[in-house]
Amino acid sequence: MSEFLAMGGYAWYVWMSYGAVALALIVETVVVRARRKRALKELRMMTPSTPVGRMRGAR
Amino acid sequence: MLINWYRFSSPVSFYPLASIGAQVFGIFAALLAGAGLFVALYVAPTDATQGDAYRIIYVHVPAAWMAMFIYLVMAGWSAAALGFNARLSAMMAQALAPTGAIMAALALWTGAFWGRPTWGTYWAWDARMTSTLILLFLYLGVLALRNAIEDPRRADRACALLTLVGAVNVPIIYFSVQWWNTLHQGSSISFTVAPKMAATMVAGILIMTAAAWCYTIAVALARVQAIIVERERGATWLESLIDLRQRGIGRSPA
Repeated sequence: MSEFLAMGGYAWYVWMSYGAVALALIVETVVVRARRKRALKELRMMTPSTPVGRMRGAR
Repeated sequence: MLINWYRFSSPVSFYPLASIGAQVFGIFAALLAGAGLFVALYVAPTDATQGDAYRIIYVHVPAAWMAMFIYLVMAGWSAAALGFNARLSAMMAQALAPTGAIMAALALWTGAFWGRPTWGTYWAWDARMTSTLILLFLYLGVLALRNAIEDPRRADRACALLTLVGAVNVPIIYFSVQWWNTLHQGSSISFTVAPKMAATMVAGILIMTAAAWCYTIAVALARVQAIIVERERGATWLESLIDLRQRGIGRSPA
């Protein structure tokens, strides 16, 4: 395991690359889902009688 | 079966489709990324000259390709938005820009961390690196222009115009390694020449690229859902959207 993490002495370069990619894509996913959720929530507040809460992504 | 594709050019009709697409492509992206990472970090052999530093290729090449592809797709949607004055096309272009910027930034970042152990430097004003940096600035410029214009329809047209003008940069990036003999190496994978790499290495890059495609489609569709709601709320289509939902039309089978 430690040998795998050491990446033949290139651990810094390999994990800085993979780590940045993973972090960026996870953060983007979280931000986009939050934006969709917020948009639907604001829509629900504008039209309280409508069943937007059942729409996918609203949870 | 006859499908009326024009139906999907209106945001209301597209919303349920985007919802399903975001989920399906999200699942594909996760599965492909899992398989791709397994090949990239475990199955593929260590490179004879670069050691394990070469493994950065599995994230660098897909990110760099996506940065270019997303720009071309964004330019296509922009052209459609200008040509047909289509709202949804402009929204698709708007939804792609942040992901394109992220991919361009990741291509530069991973390239820096690959360049340091192999070329001895994080950065050089090499033709390909410089043109990729310009690509990042084009994405950021489109995003800034979007934020600077309050009227969304005017912002659509301005962003579409800027996107189309900037599209000239993409072939410059692609051919830069042929036109200028600088630091960046030539293409890793060619469609015309048999690969010089081990088959597992090529497979790893292709799986990771497929994962990047699916990720991009999923995240862009999720973002366009938010954009549709943000921009169209209060419009009359909302009632028809709720109508559709109540009848169970467009609901995903999951």
